[in-house]
Amino acid sequence: MSDAMTPASRLQPVLGLLSLPGQMRRLGGGPMIAALVLVLIVIAAIFAPLYIPHDPLTINATQRLKGPSEMFPLGTDAFGRDLFSRVVMGARVSLFIGVGAAVVSVALGLAIGLVSGFFRLADAIIMRFMDALMAIPSILLAIALVALNGPSLWSVIAAITLPEIPRVVRLVRSVVLSVREEPYVEAAISLGSSMPKILWQHLMPNTLAPLTVQGTYICASAILTEAILSFLGAGVSTEIPTWGNIMAEGRVYFQIKPSLIFWPGLMLSLCILSINLLGDTARDLLDPRLRKREG
Amino acid sequence: MLFKTKSFDDAPVVLSIEDLTVRLSGVNDTVRPVLDRISFQIRAGETVCLVGESGSGKSVTSLATMGLLPKGALEVSNGRIMLGETNLLSLSAGQMRDMRARNLSMVFQEPMTALNPVMRVGAQIEEVLDTHMRLSKKEKKARVLDIMEQVHLPDVERIYRSFPHQLSGGQRQRIMIAMALILEPKLLIADEPTTALDVTTQRQILSLIAELQEKHGTAVLFITHDMGVVAEIADTVQVMKHGELVERAPVETLLRNPQEDYTKSLLRAVPSLTPRPERVSKPPKGGPALSVEDLNKTYGSSGWFVNRSTTLAARDVSFDIPAGRTLGIVGESGSGKSTVARCIMRLIDPTEGSVRVAGTEIARLSRADLRPHRKHIQIVFQDPFRSLNPRWTVGRSLVEGPLNLGQDKASAMARARELMALVGLPEDAVDRYPHQFSGGQRQRIAIARAIAMEPDVLVADEAVSALDVSVQAQVLDLLDELQQKLGIAILFITHDLRVAAQICDEVIVMQKGRVVEHGKAGAVLADPQHPYTRSLIEAAPGRAWDFANFRELGALAAQ
Repeated sequence: MSDAMTPASRLQPVLGLLSLPGQMRRLGGGPMIAALVLVLIVIAAIFAPLYIPHDPLTINATQRLKGPSEMFPLGTDAFGRDLFSRVVMGARVSLFIGVGAAVVSVALGLAIGLVSGFFRLADAIIMRFMDALMAIPSILLAIALVALNGPSLWSVIAAITLPEIPRVVRLVRSVVLSVREEPYVEAAISLGSSMPKILWQHLMPNTLAPLTVQGTYICASAILTEAILSFLGAGVSTEIPTWGNIMAEGRVYFQIKPSLIFWPGLMLSLCILSINLLGDTARDLLDPRLRKREG
Repeated sequence: MLFKTKSFDDAPVVLSIEDLTVRLSGVNDTVRPVLDRISFQIRAGETVCLVGESGSGKSVTSLATMGLLPKGALEVSNGRIMLGETNLLSLSAGQMRDMRARNLSMVFQEPMTALNPVMRVGAQIEEVLDTHMRLSKKEKKARVLDIMEQVHLPDVERIYRSFPHQLSGGQRQRIMIAMALILEPKLLIADEPTTALDVTTQRQILSLIAELQEKHGTAVLFITHDMGVVAEIADTVQVMKHGELVERAPVETLLRNPQEDYTKSLLRAVPSLTPRPERVSKPPKGGPALSVEDLNKTYGSSGWFVNRSTTLAARDVSFDIPAGRTLGIVGESGSGKSTVARCIMRLIDPTEGSVRVAGTEIARLSRADLRPHRKHIQIVFQDPFRSLNPRWTVGRSLVEGPLNLGQDKASAMARARELMALVGLPEDAVDRYPHQFSGGQRQRIAIARAIAMEPDVLVADEAVSALDVSVQAQVLDLLDELQQKLGIAILFITHDLRVAAQICDEVIVMQKGRVVEHGKAGAVLADPQHPYTRSLIEAAPGRAWDFANFRELGALAAQ
């Protein structure tokens, strides 16, 4: 009886991935709203240049700190720039950094993790290096990188990605360590398959489900970290509108005009909340063992 | 006395199951039920063995009786389960909890997973007492130590304070039995309690259950797939097939004079302990297909900084297998038989010694240099559910090896279809996924994958141990047939002497990493020289009975 159930449960992650949209519908409200919010933010960000009423960088000294009006839907900032245009353009940078950091850290972490999990000697060296990497606070690293290279998008992505890599490596490594003991992997060795082939074709697919989940968390935390870095002045250069930058500049005028912080802050919270909610949903679907007991 | 012959007609009925029907939850009546109107009784002091192949409903019967059917998956749709005067099915969850341990209890197959790994075993037995009665600390401990004595655990004070991982498999199973019997229940359900144990330990556990049963007058429902165990322990045998009870009879009647065709086929599939006749034809000329010399494997060798204690998993193992012949390695768990197989496959590196496959020395080759030589030696693993990549179609698994050898995909795929036919599966099986096949079919696929490499040597590491006897017989026949067609040498690793007797020309007996006996299968099994071999053969359950011919072993010789 129990034997008959094992293959089905082992297949669950694969099947889960395939039927993700279908299952999502059955999950009800929360995840659906989260998906909707995220899709709206992404569409708004992608098509921002087509509909924003003003150039987000144009300074207009006569229109400083104005309230919402027909001309400026959310009002203006201390330099007379349109807040609405700045917030939607900021979404582009934030999302790019989030997705970029997630993709880069998952890709690098996957490659390193596969090697580390399969080769003992490499493992000893790589994991000590990863331990060292994990000990570096990302904010400090970001300040150092920005000081060295100047404030650019890529320094920020690098600063956010580097400390995330060890987490991904550990995740991939643990999957590889357990799967490589499976007889089907040993059979592949006996059949004379090369190491890269075994790693890529037999082991890698097992990591996809947990990596999808981890990727969403990295994406959310990268967006948040970027906002913090920009707020501290260690992020993207101040001319580029990002949610963090807008809030940093608005901080001074918080008492006169709180909407300068409220709107980018609201966008940031909504965005991160949606991504995390979707991450939880993906985790529940892909890894039924972690699902909370229903009822 | 060959079998138990005691009559239980006068004993009071302990468990009475009437028309029990269990269905998958949420399906209508047109779907075949999992259990179909099962009725039987167990009387005090009686041992009823429930036998059948996997999926026959043995375990579902026991779980239904214990009130442990998985919620939302299986449900009782009809019938009564009477324990004395109580219908267990009408009890609430709370009342049922109170019934368990006090009136009926259960011993499971795998004692490691049934015990809590982070709790001392003494405390775990006490927990049973705590749930059902109020006793002072002293009384509690006294009772626990008493039951531990009764299950013949050595040094009970020490074991009382031990964690499960500090005990052997047999000791853990004794703890489970102690937990099950401490409240002296009327009924003990034992679900394959000795399947995970070595034969010598199995023998001890079986006699322990019989002894305690005698002492306490417990009724025992014993679930097993092993006819040998049935012959040893049963008063009454019930045969199940696809959720139906097909035959019920006292043990001797059933084994001597089975009525139903299904029972007959089950008994015929039990491999005989009598070794196969020696093959007359000479093995083909030429060197041995596999030659192993002074193979040593040491685990935990001294590292760079620390001198760790070492374990000799295999010591000075030497043997040859000529082409077209089968050599068996027999031994209990921990004897090093699998270590030898894995060293030969170079899945682990031997510490010392030589392994020659098809004339090439492979023990010292580097991983990369080894790859071209891998084709000569292939392996079939024990667990059919894990030896195929669940994400790959069968065809993709089958062509993996040939593609590595540089064959083109189209011809490899065509060959894969031929191989499917060769191992007795439909050709379109190549397009399906492993989970669509049964255990036996998957083992056939694993064999086909190995054969696809056209190896000189096939290593079968407990390749039929996870299969039902009838399937086991078919897979053994398949191996035999392939050997005759292709002339491969087979190294057959098994703990089961019956299987070894059926397939091996020569047998090696291993104990604690050493070869204690090596010779022709007939000689080793019929006239064992080493005391360990003798103890193994004596512990084999039901060894005096020739199941396949429904009579005592040696009855033919006596005629």
